[in-house]
Amino acid sequence: MGLAWAAGGRTIITGVDLDVAPGETVGLIGPNGSGKSSLLRCLAGLRAPSAGTVRHGDEDIAGWSARRIARRLAFVEQTADSDTDLRVADVVALGRTPFRDRWRGVDRTDRAIVDAALDRLDLTELRHRRWATLSGGERQRAHIARALAQRPHAILLDEPTNHLDVRHQLELMALLTGTDQTVLVALHDLALAARFCDRLVLLHRGALVADGTADEVLTSARLREVYEIDAEVGRDALGHPAIAYRGVT
Amino acid sequence: MPLFAAGLVALVGSVAGGVLVGSGDIGLAELGRVLGGHLGLHVDPLPRLLDSLVWDLRIPRVLMAAVVGAALAICGAVLQAVTRNALAEPYLLGISHGASTGAVVVVVLGVGGGALGVSGGALVGALGSFALLLALLGSRGLSSVRVLLTGIVVGLLFEAVTYLVLMASSDADTTRAITYWLLGSMAPSRWDTLVVTAVVAAVGLLVLWLYSTALDGLAFGTDTAAALGINVRATRIVLLVVTAVLTSVVVASVGAIAFVGLIVPHGVRFLLGPAHRTLLPFSALAGAVFLVWTDALARVAFAPREVPVGVFTALVGVPLFLLVLRRRGDL
Repeated sequence: MGLAWAAGGRTIITGVDLDVAPGETVGLIGPNGSGKSSLLRCLAGLRAPSAGTVRHGDEDIAGWSARRIARRLAFVEQTADSDTDLRVADVVALGRTPFRDRWRGVDRTDRAIVDAALDRLDLTELRHRRWATLSGGERQRAHIARALAQRPHAILLDEPTNHLDVRHQLELMALLTGTDQTVLVALHDLALAARFCDRLVLLHRGALVADGTADEVLTSARLREVYEIDAEVGRDALGHPAIAYRGVT
Repeated sequence: MPLFAAGLVALVGSVAGGVLVGSGDIGLAELGRVLGGHLGLHVDPLPRLLDSLVWDLRIPRVLMAAVVGAALAICGAVLQAVTRNALAEPYLLGISHGASTGAVVVVVLGVGGGALGVSGGALVGALGSFALLLALLGSRGLSSVRVLLTGIVVGLLFEAVTYLVLMASSDADTTRAITYWLLGSMAPSRWDTLVVTAVVAAVGLLVLWLYSTALDGLAFGTDTAAALGINVRATRIVLLVVTAVLTSVVVASVGAIAFVGLIVPHGVRFLLGPAHRTLLPFSALAGAVFLVWTDALARVAFAPREVPVGVFTALVGVPLFLLVLRRRGDL
C-alpha cells in the first residue's frame, strides 16, 4: 500500500510507493506544491502518514522515538534559520544530540566526528564564527555538516542547493553522491538531479508519476505534462543529460 | 570550570557583602559571631536584638534574593529559547501576574492558607495565565512580537483581577501589605519560605539544565529540533511547566519582580555565548549576584525607607528592553 499524508482535510501526498536501496542517491523532483517536502517529512518521521507505512530496514518507524529515528536518519530542512548566536562548531555538534545523554557534554568522540564533518563541508576555518555572521550558503553547509555528524544510515535533504553558488552546488552534490551514504534529496534543478542522482523520482500533485534513471524519467512528454513546459531533452557537450527549455505550454 | 568557581566565589562574597549592607552596625566580625553562634561554635554572641536582626531577617533575606535572582534569570533564558523570542521572561509574558492573582486569592479569600497554600495558589494562577497565553496564540506558533503583546495583555488582565479581588474583599492594612508585596520585595523573607523556595529552585534549575541541548536545538525550529531526536512537544511541556513552577514559588515568596529574566540572560549571552549548557548555570550565578546587590541598593538608597526591589530592576530593565526591541528592528 502506498504512503499518504493529509493536512487540514487536504490530501498532500497519495499512494506513493518508494523503495530506496542502501547506498543509493535518489533525486526527488517535481514542481512547486507537488509534495516533495511533505514526502520527505513523512519519511524522516516528522509527520505521521495518514495511510501506509514508512519502513527503515524491515521495521515500521511509526512507534520509534524521535531519538531512535535521529540515530539513523538525518534531515536537512530547506530553511532552518535562527537568530541564534551559536558558533558553527556548536551547531554541527547538535548532530550528536541523539547519541548523548543529558548529563554528558560533547566528548572526545563527538568532537572528532564534528571535526570530520566540518572538514568535509569545507567549514573548518569558519568553526568559530557566529551563526548570525554566516551567509545563506554557509548556513546550509553547516546544516549539512550537522546532518553528517549524526552519522546517519540515510540522509534526507530538502532543496539543499538552494542558497549555494554553482561551485558549492557541484561540490555538495559530489560529496553526497561520492560516498556509500544513502541519500534522498529533493531538487529543483533538473540538470543537477540528472547529473548526480542514481535514480530520479518525479512527483506530481502528491502522486509518484515516474521512477527510474534520468533518461527514463525526464522525457519531453512528461515535462510537458507535469511541469507544463515545452522542453527538449538531450545531451550536453560532456554527454550529461541536458534540458533545453523552449518556453511554457 | 575555573570561571564557574570564580562565579561561585563572587556569589559568596556578594551574599556576605549583602548581609553587611543596611541598618545596624554589622561588620564581618559580627557576621562571624552570628554564624558561629548559630552553628553551635563557642563564640561571644551579639546582643540579642542585633543577632536576631542578622540571623532572622538579614541572612534569609539576602539568601532569598540570591535564590530568586537565579530562578528568574534561568526562567528568562529558558522562555527566550522556547518561544524563540529574545524578550520573553516570566513578567513580560504575564506568568508572574497570573501567579500573583493566584497567591492573592489564597491570601485574601483564605482558600488553602499557609506557605504551601500560597505557593499552590500561585502555581494554579501561573499555569492559568500560561494556558490563556497559549490559547490566545493558537496554533500560529510562538515566535515574534505577537507572543510579547499577547503576554502583556494577559498580564494586564490578571493584574486587574488581582486588584479587583484585593479591593473587593480585604481591609486597608492587608491591601497595603499586599500592594507592597505585589511590587516585589525581599523584606518578608524568612527561613521557612527560603528553604521551600531554595529546594524548588535547585530542583528546577537542575531539570532545566538537563534540557540544555534540547534548548540549543529548539533555536532552529520544530522540524530541525525533532530531526535531532528531540521530542519537541514533551520537551516544551516540561520546560514550560518547570518555568511556571519556579515563577510561582518565587512570586509566592517575594512577589513579582520584573526584568531580571531579561537583563541577566542577555548579559551572560553577550559575554559567554548562547550555548545553554553554560548559559544556564552562569545566568543562575549572575542573576543571584545581581539581585543580592539590587536588593542591597533598595535597602539603603532611601534609608530608612525601603524601596521594593522590583522598582529598581524595572529601572534597569526598561532601557535594556527598548535596546533589544530596537536591535531587532521592531521599534
